[in-house]
Amino acid sequence: MAHIRVPEGLPGILGPMAISPETTKALRELAEVLLRGPNTLTAAERETIATYVSSQNDCCFCQLSHGAAAAEHMGGNYELIDRVKSDYATAEIPEKLKALLAVAGKVQKGGKYVTPEDVERARSAGATDKEIHDTVLIAAAFCMFNRYVDGLATWQPSDPQAYREMGQRMAHEGYIRTN
Amino acid sequence: MAHIQLPEGLPGIRGPLVFSPATTQPLCDLVEALLRGPSTLTLAEREIIATYVSAQNDCYYCQTSHGSTAAQHLGGGSAEYELIGRMKLDCETAPLSDKMKALLAIAGQVQKGGKFVTTEDVERARSHGATDKEIHDTVLIAAAFCMFNRYVDGLDTWQPRDPELYVEIGRQTAALGYVARDWKRPLPTAASK
Repeated sequence: MAHIRVPEGLPGILGPMAISPETTKALRELAEVLLRGPNTLTAAERETIATYVSSQNDCCFCQLSHGAAAAEHMGGNYELIDRVKSDYATAEIPEKLKALLAVAGKVQKGGKYVTPEDVERARSAGATDKEIHDTVLIAAAFCMFNRYVDGLATWQPSDPQAYREMGQRMAHEGYIRTN
Repeated sequence: MAHIQLPEGLPGIRGPLVFSPATTQPLCDLVEALLRGPSTLTLAEREIIATYVSAQNDCYYCQTSHGSTAAQHLGGGSAEYELIGRMKLDCETAPLSDKMKALLAIAGQVQKGGKFVTTEDVERARSHGATDKEIHDTVLIAAAFCMFNRYVDGLDTWQPRDPELYVEIGRQTAALGYVARDWKRPLPTAASK
């Protein structure tokens, strides 16, 4: 049972979102612009960053739902997402994304962990200032979303199919919609 | 120098906010709703939660600017600034209500990670009169400042150490909030840095 009373049957973040419409609008808009807005990072890359940070924060709901969204953006490649979560350094992803995931992993521990060397590595792999900015903000935002979801002990389904369906909706319909 | 090329003369979060207008609107809407929207928690109480979490995250800009805003909401005198300083050092012995101490304990757990919040933490807050909505808002304020603090420090933004500057930031924020005021102008002190 969640720490506070939220509507039944709504998984993860959707429970607390339902009791706080004024903050929910801003949270949905933030997720939409960060993960789906115009960007030189693909939607799959941005969902992969969100998934990696959520797995470092051990947030089941966020890592499975955003992992599914990332996989759906890549034609259903769930295997690659699992490899990124267990060891992105050896996963078949571009150097630039590896360097950005390293920055995101530092942000997850705390902002001050990001070093000039981390940033230089990303830049030398072709990352722009805007891409580095967006990586830091996506990682920071998921340190918020993960804490919101787990800090209230929300209900998180265990059925993988539920997350596939969520991921499809997140990938194709986005984050600004009514439930 | 910051990790990326940010506009000059804007302290803390203001540099990245101007750098990335598309994400700035939802971020400002979020902080305005959390810290200034309708709530049974006072403006000062909500700024204190934000300040406490920012101090635990060791983010100088956020803890000093929100601490100053909290002090301004309480009256803005040296006693109020002193209270904020004591609260950051040890919230359990600071002169705060039992409800606030219990909510700060929850915020401190959220700062470590969502799963650190226990049923006992929540029961303690409830036994001192906290409602479900107040507990929800405390968790989301704490979570949001785990984002803002990482945004500010993760890009290694410029964070001046001039106490007067933060008094002024606190005054303006307490009076005008996060959406209505002009924070995009470089600070007059920037030229001397």
